[in-house]
Amino acid sequence: MVEKRPLSNLVAHLVLLTGIFVVAFPVYLTFVASTREASDIAAGSMPLIPGSLLVENYERALFAGSGRVTTTPVSIMMINSLVMALSIAIGKIAISIISAYAIVYFRFPLRMTFFWLIFITLMLPVEVRIFPTYKIVADLGLLDSFAGLTIPLIASATATLLFRQFFLTIPDELVEASKIDGAGPLRFFWDTVVPLSRTNMAALFVILFIYGWNQYLWPLLITTSGSMETIIIGIKRMVVTSDAATEWHLVMATAMLAMLPPVAVVLLMQRWFVKGLVDTEK
Amino acid sequence: MQKRAIYDSKLLPYLLLLPQLAIVLIFFYWPASQAVYQSFLLEDAFGLHSEFVWFENFEHLFKEPDYWRSFVVTAVFSIAVAALSLSLALLFAVMADRQIRGANAYKTFMIWPYAVAPAVAGVLWLFMFQPSLGVVAQFIRGLGIEWNPLLNGTHAMVLVVMAATWKQISYNFLFFLAGLQSIPRSVIEAAAIDGAGATRRFWTIVFPLLSPTAFFLLVVNVVYVFFDTFGIIDAVTLGGPSKATSTLVYKVYDDGRAGANLGSSAAQSVVLMVMVIALTAIQFKYIERKVHY
Repeated sequence: MVEKRPLSNLVAHLVLLTGIFVVAFPVYLTFVASTREASDIAAGSMPLIPGSLLVENYERALFAGSGRVTTTPVSIMMINSLVMALSIAIGKIAISIISAYAIVYFRFPLRMTFFWLIFITLMLPVEVRIFPTYKIVADLGLLDSFAGLTIPLIASATATLLFRQFFLTIPDELVEASKIDGAGPLRFFWDTVVPLSRTNMAALFVILFIYGWNQYLWPLLITTSGSMETIIIGIKRMVVTSDAATEWHLVMATAMLAMLPPVAVVLLMQRWFVKGLVDTEK
Repeated sequence: MQKRAIYDSKLLPYLLLLPQLAIVLIFFYWPASQAVYQSFLLEDAFGLHSEFVWFENFEHLFKEPDYWRSFVVTAVFSIAVAALSLSLALLFAVMADRQIRGANAYKTFMIWPYAVAPAVAGVLWLFMFQPSLGVVAQFIRGLGIEWNPLLNGTHAMVLVVMAATWKQISYNFLFFLAGLQSIPRSVIEAAAIDGAGATRRFWTIVFPLLSPTAFFLLVVNVVYVFFDTFGIIDAVTLGGPSKATSTLVYKVYDDGRAGANLGSSAAQSVVLMVMVIALTAIQFKYIERKVHY
């Protein structure tokens, strides 16, 4: 700020450190619980320092599954979640970029109708059409499949709008030059538009990967067999039974594993993440 | 805004649009229209016959005390989460915006909860506040305060509000910080020269300049509470105890899953759709204004 005041800077640091403490404490506690014995936790007086069972607990959660409640090992769930998150992120980017390209670079009947058809889906989130959508997926025989998990979520008005905005800023001279060189629309798309869109794609990818990994309501409806469970659903199923049967040390190890990939993506791709957040809210 | 240089092709644009349009029509418009259609139908108990009943489902719905209650629950939940997460995020953003060392490190430590799934956030907070084994719950009880979110509706609401706020602070923090950093230093320095202290500068200059960001975030937060907190509620309380945390979206899910009343569930979906359309319209109206600034 304007004045130099060591005291108020100190206060600022203290406030921020308190904030970080409050934000991080639940995760720290989760980590501690994931390294301890079930009996330490059940007593309700878990010590606040990590225990010695780090390797055992994670090994058991990853490869054996929590015996009493669900049997699917977390490693399978993580693969399911990864496939789902990647399919949704890549699928959304792919179909949005080609539809935005069609809308910006071609003139054809019903162009604006199609644009509005895509745009209005912003106002129809899954949550307001849960059961009719479920019924369609069931009728198409897509329950318990990756197709059923991902395809209905792949349409994206936000990504289409974002690419459209971006394409409108690409100078017309580039298209003209490409036409003079005798390149057709698909060639221009591959050689010019896609490379120019890399930044936007990276930013969208971060946001959409998190969106896909963290899906909850949709997989809850679509998956019934354990082998298709995503990790977010798996955690929930481990907790639902009565308190006594919940193996909290394994639940907490699973929770750590469920947070790891999306948090890593945010921290490692922080610049793209911030850009993605700001762009997708326009 | 239109492109001057465009391509002539009769078929290609349709092919490029096909995948997106197919998904949108099959999985968005068809089910949404089904929801609207079903909201006008009354099915018998076996689902064999259905009768077109106009607005009867809506009439029943608005006479249902449970439905009004879930409106109140949603309103309380939204207001609490928006107020808490906006004010805390603003506080942290103002502190981080001071040019102190480590502002970027603080940013990194603040933003990651955005990446945590709502359902996982719910499980984390449940674990801390679970009455028999939660570490924080034990501490609260040690102070002699009664605490049982599994039985007490108010306590359950407090718990889901905390979990939802925890997850939302990071988002609000990022946008507030970006808003603060875009305020020209010269304006603040001018006020300082005129003798305005830090507090006065905040309320007369910084806060008014931030108000578009704050309003935008308010709308986003309400949308977040409406839709994205489903996972938190399902993981922590299952809408209970005795529906004390059953929001509008949770009730659609709960009523439809029980299968008892598809007409009512569809009518609830239609009401929700109207609310989303209103919220989106508000959001875009605001975006329009921002363009003119």
